[in-house]
Amino acid sequence: MSGKPVEEMSFEEAMRELEGVVGQLERGDVALEASIKLYERGAALKARCETTLKEAEEKVAAITLDADGTPTGTKPVEGL
Amino acid sequence: MSDFFEEPETPQNGANAPEFTVSEISGAVKKTIEGAFGRVRVRGEVGRVFKARSGHLYYDVKDDRNVLACTTWKGQASRLSVQPEEGLEVIVTGKLTAFGAQSKYNLNVEEVEVAGEGALMAMLEKRKKALAAEGLFAEERKQRLPYLPGVIGVITSPSGAVIRDILHRLRDRFPRKVLIWPVAVQGAACAPEVARAIEGFNLLTPGGALPRPDLLIVARGGGSIEDLWGFNEEIVARAVAASGIPLISAVGHETDTTLIDYVSDLRAPTPTAAAEHAVPVRLELMSWVEDQGARMSRAMGQGVMQRGQRLRDLARALPRAEALLDGPRQRLDHAGLRLPTALKGMTDARRVQLTQASAGLRPHVLAARLAPQRDRVEAAGARLDRAFAALTDGHRKRLDALERMRQTLGYTETLRRGYAVVRGDGDVVTTRTAAGRAAALEIEFADGVIAVGGGAAPSGSGSPSGPKPAKKSKPPTPEQGSLF
Repeated sequence: MSGKPVEEMSFEEAMRELEGVVGQLERGDVALEASIKLYERGAALKARCETTLKEAEEKVAAITLDADGTPTGTKPVEGL
Repeated sequence: MSDFFEEPETPQNGANAPEFTVSEISGAVKKTIEGAFGRVRVRGEVGRVFKARSGHLYYDVKDDRNVLACTTWKGQASRLSVQPEEGLEVIVTGKLTAFGAQSKYNLNVEEVEVAGEGALMAMLEKRKKALAAEGLFAEERKQRLPYLPGVIGVITSPSGAVIRDILHRLRDRFPRKVLIWPVAVQGAACAPEVARAIEGFNLLTPGGALPRPDLLIVARGGGSIEDLWGFNEEIVARAVAASGIPLISAVGHETDTTLIDYVSDLRAPTPTAAAEHAVPVRLELMSWVEDQGARMSRAMGQGVMQRGQRLRDLARALPRAEALLDGPRQRLDHAGLRLPTALKGMTDARRVQLTQASAGLRPHVLAARLAPQRDRVEAAGARLDRAFAALTDGHRKRLDALERMRQTLGYTETLRRGYAVVRGDGDVVTTRTAAGRAAALEIEFADGVIAVGGGAAPSGSGSPSGPKPAKKSKPPTPEQGSLF
């Protein structure tokens, strides 16, 4: 269990640690107190993953360029 | 053209032929060449290429017998789809013209094409080798793709099937933020625009108004080798190699491999496949997370249940406190019984040992050994006494003899014969001068000493010393007086 706060984790990090937590709990070789902590950590990791998955939304924009090919902004792209 | 030939037709002999200035004839030649040929396409092999500092290109296009001087001005050079390289088989398109200042004609080239697929492939092979030698394709240079990119930058044509395919597949799998950087995907503008887009995306700030993408996709649909050629250009390959953002290339069909595919971090066979590599499937992940949650709860529940069961089992197996004490108590009783017997046995054994040891320890054995020793001590003692007596006797005799000799030689015997010793202030006085200096004189005879006083002394009348002794003798006077 890394000490990194769950909110600072990337989706992938949270996923990997959640997998580790589940594995540890399933092996059943963790002391009861530790396993409660582990469960709480796992629940936080799961919530973190779920938030990322729920928040997923599509947003497509095309970059607008000036005559020199330097980006100036974006314009929405629709109908693709 | 007609007026050029009309003028010299009238005069018949050389002498009357009109004279041209050099510039006139040069101008006429230039006009003739430009007018006669116009735009031409010429096929040949590129010879020596010289790029002037001004940016203009000077090069030759040749066949096995002749050479055509070619120029491409700076402004034209950037628009060439293929840069002339020595040895390359090309078809150049441009206008024939003349350069009067050097009496030369040349072709101003506006477009260079590689002549035929064989030549193109040969050039590509050469480039590939050079870049591979630089290590641009090395496996360890490849960056790992992010598992779930937040922003994906797509470099492609903003219209057409490619971007639609990518967006559709992304939408199906995991909707993300997508930034499209529009570029030409064929023709001369393709390579510089693609390179520019890769660099441009890398220059954006993460999380800014234009957020820097976490992943780039460079995509183009299928096409002829010429259509895809932009993705074989070195500037594109170098831009990809320099990109700090991981990049997926998806150019052409699965069978088309362009230079960008060797440098990119991942080569996808199609734009759709690129989208598949870019993001995981959201629904699968959701069910995976659910599953993990369920497994975790189950494992936790089981852990608690198993522990409860174990506790009950252990509690059942736990013996009564009374029963725990039974064994030790029995051992104590047993030991208590054995204790007195053991002590008695122990003392008995020790007693036997003592008796055995003291058996050889009797007084007459020691006495027998002491008697001869005592005799030896006594004998030695007797010898010591005898030896000591003899030694002291000898010494005494020598001492007596020496004393006799000392008395014979000593001055006391001489005094007996009528001599006397004079002492002044305790020291022996042998001269008259010394006697005069002395404060008090003593004369020693065989039977005693008398004082002969200086000055006021009652017995010192004979002193000739004068006033000095008189003064000096004052303090001793009472002493001496009291003596008599």
